[in-house]
Amino acid sequence: MTIHTYTLGERLKGVVKAWAAVLIVSWIGVPLVISILYAFSERTALYERTPIPLSYSLEQIRFLLFEAGALYAVKNSVIVALLTVALSFLLGLPAGYAFAKYVFPGRDALKLALIGMRMFPVMIIAVPLVALYIRIGLSDTLVGVALAHTAMALPFVVLITSSVFAGVPRDLEEAGMVFGLSPIGVFLRITIPLALPGLAAAAMFTFLLSWNEVFIAAVLTLTNRTLPAFILTSALAAPDFFKFAANFIIVAPALVFVFVARRYLVTMWGITVR
Amino acid sequence: MRLTPKHKAFLLIAPAFIYMGFFIAYPLSEAIYLSFFEEGALSLANIRYLVGSPLSKFTEAFRYTLTITAIVIPIETALALLIALFLYNSFKGRDLILYMVIIPLTISDVAAGLIWYSILTSNGFMNNLLISLGLIDQPIQVFGSEFKVRMLLAIVVTEVWRSMAIVFVILFAGLQLLSRDLIEAAEVFGASWMQKLTKIILPMLKPSLQSALIIRTLFAFQIFGVVWILAGRNIPVLAGEAYYELTELRHEGVAALYALIIAAISLSFGFIYIRTLRARHLEVTL
Repeated sequence: MTIHTYTLGERLKGVVKAWAAVLIVSWIGVPLVISILYAFSERTALYERTPIPLSYSLEQIRFLLFEAGALYAVKNSVIVALLTVALSFLLGLPAGYAFAKYVFPGRDALKLALIGMRMFPVMIIAVPLVALYIRIGLSDTLVGVALAHTAMALPFVVLITSSVFAGVPRDLEEAGMVFGLSPIGVFLRITIPLALPGLAAAAMFTFLLSWNEVFIAAVLTLTNRTLPAFILTSALAAPDFFKFAANFIIVAPALVFVFVARRYLVTMWGITVR
Repeated sequence: MRLTPKHKAFLLIAPAFIYMGFFIAYPLSEAIYLSFFEEGALSLANIRYLVGSPLSKFTEAFRYTLTITAIVIPIETALALLIALFLYNSFKGRDLILYMVIIPLTISDVAAGLIWYSILTSNGFMNNLLISLGLIDQPIQVFGSEFKVRMLLAIVVTEVWRSMAIVFVILFAGLQLLSRDLIEAAEVFGASWMQKLTKIILPMLKPSLQSALIIRTLFAFQIFGVVWILAGRNIPVLAGEAYYELTELRHEGVAALYALIIAAISLSFGFIYIRTLRARHLEVTL
């Protein structure tokens, strides 16, 4: 049996590599973890000047949710995000399927158009909608916000679902045809089940897009604030502990998403940012 | 009548494109109307307000938006490139680092602002750490109208932290597509690490770098949540002014003008991007 002995150079390289890894992980992780610890700190512990709070409680989160009115905003955010997912999938899923499975004239141009639409800033969607929504009675409503969020999310949904559908092997669909399934049968019994995990990740991604969006939500609502809009409009005058707690409530769904959909993260953003 | 696949495809994509068409055409035309018309007649009142009114912070907002963009993008591109190169070859624990690096993609701008607020505020982590180490007696103030440079720094750090992942994902995806053979060949011929980087990897990575830079610049001009949380109107930016003019001053026309300016900048970068993307498509197919 031979034992590989590391040369000095190799060992040095290993040490440098390990330190680089620690540095990268801390750069992202430390602010995140510290800010969450502060959200759960006992309020008095915040003034004791210890880098990490020594005593913890749910008091700040409880206060924010139940006394400052954040629970209502959370509820609004969830409703808006679910409506956005439903509507943008209803409109976007067929388009994604068409881009993945059909060849038609203008396909590449339309796909480029989608990529271009993704760059359309939310500011220009939101500002003119204020007056329109007042005219048609959608002002300060969750449906109104969801309609605008759908416009923002739709290009992403089409691009992501098209890549999910493109990942379903043609062979399996053809095998289904050979064994006598109708085209709709193939779609329902082969394509959809195989695409489901990817579609679920795409749905969560869309949920998060809406959950995180603040400009449209802050401009189009007044009393029915979504969570980011509620925080944005009350944060400037709020005490520190309010902001610490608010941070955790906004971040929590994102972290759940990262954990659940981690397999899809890189590919999904590979698609969406390209 | 049986539908041809071509017609089926158009029927399937029509709803999405009609919806998006409406939500682009209506706001765009309405914004132009709000900006340049008053009671049906052409009017330059909003432009005059934008550049002339003492209430308007347009020039400042434009300068700050540009400054933040110009500082953030080079830093985050360099960092993203280093990390992407570091994670190029797979090793034990690489996936964990990968997840960590892209976490900020899922975090909203408001939340990113709050995270760094809890680090940098006078009761925050940084000051508590420095005080408990005995390095300072009094907390370092970062936020407040008299600390513009410090707030600007806080915004830059937060933006780099938040948006580096966008650049990273593009560069990382681009690196995965590079031919390993070429790099290995260079190694066989005794190329140094630096030579490999400057003579092979960077030239081949140029399209991805281009994409990343254009996309990031485009979104940098839309910066809003981070700035509003950390500095409010002390550091005015274009989107922040649009928000303020609309919700606080009820100047719809001015807000629409800001939105148009942001859109014009975004769309011109988007146009450049699409052109480079299409050029690349053609290169591949030809």
